Amino acid sequence: MNDFDYKYICDMVRNESAIVLGEGKEYLVQARMQALVSREKLGSIDDLVSGLRKDPSGALSRKVVHAMTTNETSFFRDSHPFESLRKHVIPEIMDRKSGQRKINIWCAAASTGQEPFSIMMIIHEYFPELLNWDLYFLATDLSTDVLDRARDGLYNQFEVNRGLPASMLVKYFSKDGNGWRINSDIRDRIDFREMNLVQRWPAIPRFDLIFIRNVLIYFDMETKLGILRKIKSHLDPATGYVAFGAAESVLNVTDHFSRVTFDRSTYYRNAA
Amino acid sequence: MRALVVDDSRSVRIILSKALREAGFDVSEAEDGRQALSVLYQGGNFDLMLLDWNMPVMNGYEVVCAIRANPLLANLRIMMVTTETCINKVRDALDAGANEYLMKPFTKELLLDKMAIMGFVEN
Repeated sequence: MNDFDYKYICDMVRNESAIVLGEGKEYLVQARMQALVSREKLGSIDDLVSGLRKDPSGALSRKVVHAMTTNETSFFRDSHPFESLRKHVIPEIMDRKSGQRKINIWCAAASTGQEPFSIMMIIHEYFPELLNWDLYFLATDLSTDVLDRARDGLYNQFEVNRGLPASMLVKYFSKDGNGWRINSDIRDRIDFREMNLVQRWPAIPRFDLIFIRNVLIYFDMETKLGILRKIKSHLDPATGYVAFGAAESVLNVTDHFSRVTFDRSTYYRNAA
Repeated sequence: MRALVVDDSRSVRIILSKALREAGFDVSEAEDGRQALSVLYQGGNFDLMLLDWNMPVMNGYEVVCAIRANPLLANLRIMMVTTETCINKVRDALDAGANEYLMKPFTKELLLDKMAIMGFVEN
């Protein structure tokens, strides 16, 4: 991929999603564009960029943005945040909200659904009484394609082999052809919606728990600060916890949050 | 830590054993269920067993049942590594006392991921 094509794709992704693909991301862009070229049966990345230049807001450009913004995901990814969720975070939130019996949870980069479904499986497995609370679970992503997959809840063998304990596989999935489908009582409790974090946010409530992992790393500082300000305003000041990615410390970016360390994971709360 | 790899396919045993050795295990191998039980009954305090389902002489499910009927082997943790992907087979194995279940084909990453779930390696 030549420098002009690389810059064109970076500029387009930045305009559409505010995601910054700076220096050092050439390998990532090359790999994902090459995969897209194969899927779309185009001859080369040059052909892809020519197509984009002819129709900058067409279907192909959406596919490029989708290819560059879809993050790797798996059930119980990194495991430690989920362990802390079960041992500390949910019990504490439940304790504080036991009077209202209302809890709002948001996965802000839901991708193909593994993260919100992992949280829902924890709720079913360890906190079934929450299912009788006023539980609102929002899962959003920039990409409609991945949200369609999440709503479908169908995973291949590789995906269910990865990170998912076998005891949960047999309890919360059923076989569907060669794939495995998440049970409807898990899936139907989650409201999957398209949402671009860098555009105007829709009317959403305050949340007790926000998972926004491995997303902020892609944004420039100004965009990141804007998103963090909005997260703070949508986090319940008394009970709210935020989980960012393991490599994403926000303390050197903003003083909006204070860090809470549980065992081997870090959550954040609104700073006093 | 000691592990026993049980599979009638030599190539699968080689792949699994290599991954386990790289993870720091002392590895022994058996090529069918009866041979596996014989190794276990000779002692050696194994921590982990990677166990195929479909093998000659004695299959993996029968091995799990035999192990769980023996209190001396109560601490042995068992991961089925098998081409059996029917949900009832997974359930049967867990009900019989298997601790994890990895469906073939697998990668080294998936194996280590399952071992992390079992607490044998860091995630």
